Amino acid sequence: MSDFLTPFLMQSAVQAITPILLAALAGALCGAVGVFNMAMEGQMLIGAFAAICGSYASHSAGVGVGVAIAASVAFSLILAYGATVFRGDAVVICIGMNLLASGLTAYLLRALFNVSGTFSDPAIAGLSRIRIPLMPSIPILGWGLARQTAITWGAWALVIVVALVLFKTPVGLRMRGVGERPDAAETLGVDVNRYRIVTVLVSGALCGLAGAQLSLGAVNVFAEDMTAGRGWIAVVAVMLGRGHPLYCAAACALFGFADAVGLRLQGLGLPNQLTDIAPYVVTLAALAISHRARNSNALGKADRDV
Amino acid sequence: MSVLANFGGVLRAPPALVAIGVAVLVGGLLVLVSGADPLQAYAQIVVGALWPQNLPDTLNWATPLVGMTLAAAIPLRGGMINLGGDGQLVIGALVGAVAPLVAPLPGPIAAALALLGAGLAGGLYAALAAWGEIRFRVPMLISSLLLSYPAVGIVSYLVRFPLRDTTTGLPQTAMVPDGARLPILIGPLNMGVLMIVVIAALVVLVDRRTVIGYELRMRGANARFAAYGGVALGRQALGAMFSSGAIAGLVGAIIVLGGQFRYIDDALLSPAYTWSGLMAALLAQGEPAGAVLAGLFFAALQTGGFAMQRETSVPRVLTLVLQSIVILFLAVRGGLGKRER
Repeated sequence: MSDFLTPFLMQSAVQAITPILLAALAGALCGAVGVFNMAMEGQMLIGAFAAICGSYASHSAGVGVGVAIAASVAFSLILAYGATVFRGDAVVICIGMNLLASGLTAYLLRALFNVSGTFSDPAIAGLSRIRIPLMPSIPILGWGLARQTAITWGAWALVIVVALVLFKTPVGLRMRGVGERPDAAETLGVDVNRYRIVTVLVSGALCGLAGAQLSLGAVNVFAEDMTAGRGWIAVVAVMLGRGHPLYCAAACALFGFADAVGLRLQGLGLPNQLTDIAPYVVTLAALAISHRARNSNALGKADRDV
Repeated sequence: MSVLANFGGVLRAPPALVAIGVAVLVGGLLVLVSGADPLQAYAQIVVGALWPQNLPDTLNWATPLVGMTLAAAIPLRGGMINLGGDGQLVIGALVGAVAPLVAPLPGPIAAALALLGAGLAGGLYAALAAWGEIRFRVPMLISSLLLSYPAVGIVSYLVRFPLRDTTTGLPQTAMVPDGARLPILIGPLNMGVLMIVVIAALVVLVDRRTVIGYELRMRGANARFAAYGGVALGRQALGAMFSSGAIAGLVGAIIVLGGQFRYIDDALLSPAYTWSGLMAALLAQGEPAGAVLAGLFFAALQTGGFAMQRETSVPRVLTLVLQSIVILFLAVRGGLGKRER
């Protein structure tokens, strides 16, 4: 086992989990207030692109992260208002947002930087990694956490924050009320739309962070459609975790680990076309085994038209 | 709110046209950002798509796109969404590319068998997602998409390694024999166009004139009512997804046997037919005749995009942005996707 679980593997597993985890938290929050958000793929992609733009222009990773959050929040306005005030169908809006993000980033990549496919430049400052002394001497978990970005640490802290907010604060109670019984919440004087709009915008901020981690966290590059299905895996993580941040985090850890194992198998000589599918296969298997994908509130209704 | 609602009432007049107008405006701003002339760019799109000598190219591009539109429209008619078109498309294309190589049959028979096999394979793979929902309660919206990734990965592996044509050095299979290729009609157009026309006519006919079509529409309007009225929802989902996947698989085989004559890795997915098709189907809310029209419109837009990129250096991915703005605007303002209870 220790041959298989190398420090490098653990580190890349923890790194792979971060964007999915942040997106899953975003999805869990939206699910709690009854908005089915499956636009995380697009929200993250916008964040990843904006992070590169910000970092390229300012030579500062911090500015890049800020721009990523701002851009992703702005992009999330479409879902925030579309699914509430304008009463659009969230699924259709999310499909449209994902495609818009894909097209818009590809277009701006060509228009602003004159390249297609991938963009990297020495002027782009990446996120620095926090090194913790002695950490690498702790096997497995220590290996994983030894050199990670502040966003990775922040993501795990946010799991606890989101769980506490949702289940231990009056705001969280109202949010869940809005998700489970919007009519009742309305009667009690809770502004349902306002809760939903703010929550979707917060989900945009989380996905902006996730995108910044993707593009600035490891190799400082933006590639077209670089989210590569992570947003969808996050949607599944929310379903598996039934909207509870801690369970969602556990599901994300499973996928991140599958991702890293795939990477490891690739190192052992398996072609990447086969190893890349590991997280999706694990996801599908987990969904089928859990039997519990039928969630309460708006998430994962088997038939959308009830 | 009321101001917004009134504003919306004014805008609602012809929603699709307004949506296209909004998309054109936003797209024009994007073109300005990139430092080009929007009017010139749009003029190139129109000329590139609709000038008589360019029409065959538009139709050629429309063949797979309208095919994938129909594949998306069938489940959508029943309120279901098949997001796994990419997987079904590549599976069908691989079957279409390999069958004529392994079966030593006279050309046309090999082609017919390849098309049949492609439809069957794509259909069964799509039905797997429906089965997952019925048996394991895995939402089809998610499972159809998640199933797509392994399919694309495995097909890509097969084409790059065991099935690779080692004489070329590129990730592609060997050429399909001449006899098994789809006959050419005129110019760039092959038999595939006629096949898609026939499929479209069949889908419209089934939708409007048969019990199957009626029951599917009933499910789309209200699944519980349909179940109460005696529709077996599980079997219906399997059937709708099988038909959808079968069309996607056929489209894959048509692309291979009609134009590329071999499976070239990535060549099938880079035009994103699946997503354009899904958007066209959403635009018509799954109504097949309208979906075909929307598919033709998107095909014209994209064909024009090639001309725009060639003549004005505005990237043709702009057309994808235009398409998604149309969908988003209609979803938000026109109540697209909203079904009556």
